[in-house]
Amino acid sequence: MAADTAFVVFAGRFALVVLLMSIFLALARLIKGPDAADRIVALDLVSVLIVAFLAAYSIFSGETAFLDVAIGYALIAFLGTVALARFLMRSAMRRSETANLADKASNDE
Amino acid sequence: MNEIVTALLLVLGSLFSFVAALGMLRLPDTVIRMHAATKAGTLGAGLILIAVAFFYADLGITLRALAAITFLLLTAPVAAHLIGRAAYYSGIRLWKKTWIDQLKDRYHPGQTDR
Repeated sequence: MAADTAFVVFAGRFALVVLLMSIFLALARLIKGPDAADRIVALDLVSVLIVAFLAAYSIFSGETAFLDVAIGYALIAFLGTVALARFLMRSAMRRSETANLADKASNDE
Repeated sequence: MNEIVTALLLVLGSLFSFVAALGMLRLPDTVIRMHAATKAGTLGAGLILIAVAFFYADLGITLRALAAITFLLLTAPVAAHLIGRAAYYSGIRLWKKTWIDQLKDRYHPGQTDR
């Protein structure tokens, strides 16, 4: 069952165009940075927007399989976000540990 | 009837997603930008998934759409919490007009350069 009524087709096309523009705006932030944390936040938003895009495309094309793709993509994107956040946390902790050690060494002298 | 609701929810959801992306581009610092990404983005995607449920009007599709929405609602706060903690700990610069930072002296071990 594809979208056949004229205004549903129009709404679907509108939603797809607007979502694509949103993805490009979020990608602009992904490129601009300026910090690693900004890029992770932008990547998280991009993956949510891609889930929305897949859902809208499943209405537009009448292919229900895209809904399953959206669920699977949401799962993988969540794992990716968690992994990136933990990586950032861990590298920050390591950096502060070495800074503390350097502090202590300079205090001992 | 269902198609009117579908079209309305599609337009509304895509506009909310657009607001989220606009906020991601225009807001001043990381923590403020997370506000746009996690709330408006989840709302937009959720509205479009509800539109899918209304469009097909089928039990299996509705359940799948609801599962996707539940998953988004469960994971968005977890991911936001992890990213926010990691971002603050890694020493992001806050917006220059920020005047309350309750974590200021407690959570920055050994980071005096930023």
